[in-house]
Amino acid sequence: MTDPITQSPVIEAKSVNLVFQTNDGPVQALKDVNLIINQGDFVSFIGPSGCGKTTFLRAIAALEHPTSGTLTVNGMPPDEARRKRAYGYVFQAAGLYPWRTIAKNISLPLEIMGFSKEEQQTRTQRVLDLVDLGGFGQKFPWQLSGGMQQRASIARALAFDADILLMDEPFGALDEIVRDRLNEELLSLWARTGKTIGFVTHSIPEAVYLSTKIVVMSPRPGRITDVIDSPLPRHRPLDIRDTPAFIEIAHRVREGLRAGHAHD
Amino acid sequence: MRTAAPVLAVIGLILVLWYGATVWLNAAWTYDQAARDGTEVTFATLVSDTMAQERPVLPPPHQVAAELWKGLTAYAPTSKKSLVYHGLVTLTSTFWGFVFGTLLGSLMAVVIVRSRVAEMGLMPWAVISQTIPVVAIAPMIVVLSNTLGFGERLGVENQLVSKTIIAAYLSYFPVLVGMVKGLRAPDQMQLDLLKTWGASDLQTFRLLRLPSSMPYLFASLKVGIAASLVGAIVGELPTGAIEGLGARMLIGSQFGSPIVVWSALFAAAILAGGLILILRAAETAINKRMGGRT
Repeated sequence: MTDPITQSPVIEAKSVNLVFQTNDGPVQALKDVNLIINQGDFVSFIGPSGCGKTTFLRAIAALEHPTSGTLTVNGMPPDEARRKRAYGYVFQAAGLYPWRTIAKNISLPLEIMGFSKEEQQTRTQRVLDLVDLGGFGQKFPWQLSGGMQQRASIARALAFDADILLMDEPFGALDEIVRDRLNEELLSLWARTGKTIGFVTHSIPEAVYLSTKIVVMSPRPGRITDVIDSPLPRHRPLDIRDTPAFIEIAHRVREGLRAGHAHD
Repeated sequence: MRTAAPVLAVIGLILVLWYGATVWLNAAWTYDQAARDGTEVTFATLVSDTMAQERPVLPPPHQVAAELWKGLTAYAPTSKKSLVYHGLVTLTSTFWGFVFGTLLGSLMAVVIVRSRVAEMGLMPWAVISQTIPVVAIAPMIVVLSNTLGFGERLGVENQLVSKTIIAAYLSYFPVLVGMVKGLRAPDQMQLDLLKTWGASDLQTFRLLRLPSSMPYLFASLKVGIAASLVGAIVGELPTGAIEGLGARMLIGSQFGSPIVVWSALFAAAILAGGLILILRAAETAINKRMGGRT
């Protein structure tokens, strides 16, 4: 992991503050956030609701804009990175259009970005195979299970070859068993594609199992309380979760979350 | 079969009530006649007489059905005695009113969804427009469009123009309300997703907002086409029109012949039912193309 290529920063936040103006006055969603995410990292953001983890992910995606500080994606402002198709975004709900087939849903961003018809088709087939939905292109979303729909939405985010995948509690609405399988699949996808992944969750085991770097956050105001570089190997079978190393990291995350709450 | 039973039961109940009301409402005239002739009225003569009056207060179903059947089949469709002829006249202005009303309502909805200022500027007027009784505004529209000679300029009858305007006036509103709701149906997540792909406003509209609005559109269209038919009929009342189902109703009531009024009413109801069926077929076809479950 000392490979210089994997150590180049992809996302860099320097004293990022973000204040929402609400009817009840200003709310500090992010306070003095400093973070570097390197190429090929799998970074999880974990913390209770209101800690700003989603807001930070949205700021990286230029869906929110920091009030002060600097935030760069591939050395560019987030807005510019978006125009360069730097990232794909996956939300908690799959958000597939019910009136389009799975294949048509996946080619939607490609259509918007102006890819040719042939290019759309080959790319759609490629990412469908990547998430193991090869035979389901002609189905409509309601014909698929929740887990399959979420895999389709991941395929959609991968279709235009973004280097960064931003995922906001993508498996939050799924049951434990499906979640385990998708976590495993996501890791293998990550290993095969070498993407940089930003992953919001509030499950400690999920964060520890997936991540090379765990960012622990706490609320009011939203800030980072701990950044843990995981010593676990990149290749992780599911039963790694029973090893002492895994339990130790989980413990540290839990301590970090508790410390964040001590301020309340 | 299982659906036929309740439907038939309701129809049966309506017929029973209707026949009962016929005897009750037409009895006065029968008693008057009997008093004048100095004869007694038995129950049997009461029933048979109230069923067959020339100018009943309430015509019984079979009289209406006979008149309707005669109106539909006894004359050539081009004859002014034919209900088919009058129905087609009304249908023409209903159709054009529906087309223009739907266009106007959809267009206004697009503008309103795009801009909050437009919403504040337009929406109150749209609501006010529907609080004015259409019978009050219809004569003014007729006079105005006749004076300005819209029809001559377009090469059609003035009456068609004014009836179309009235029909459109009634039918644009449900389409407007439904489409505003429909175009706003996509949630924030859907809009954010499109934003991350750098979609333009036009692409967002075409790929997300418009398809999302389809169920709302069809619900509105069904209300709109019924409103349009009402508008066309109301438009025929004050115009001194001699054609159209509205004119038939007016003539029937002026010449004291309720059977004519009722047969025209039923012709209008059949027309409305047919129009709704057409819309439903279109909805089913589009729903199928959009991957609907049914």
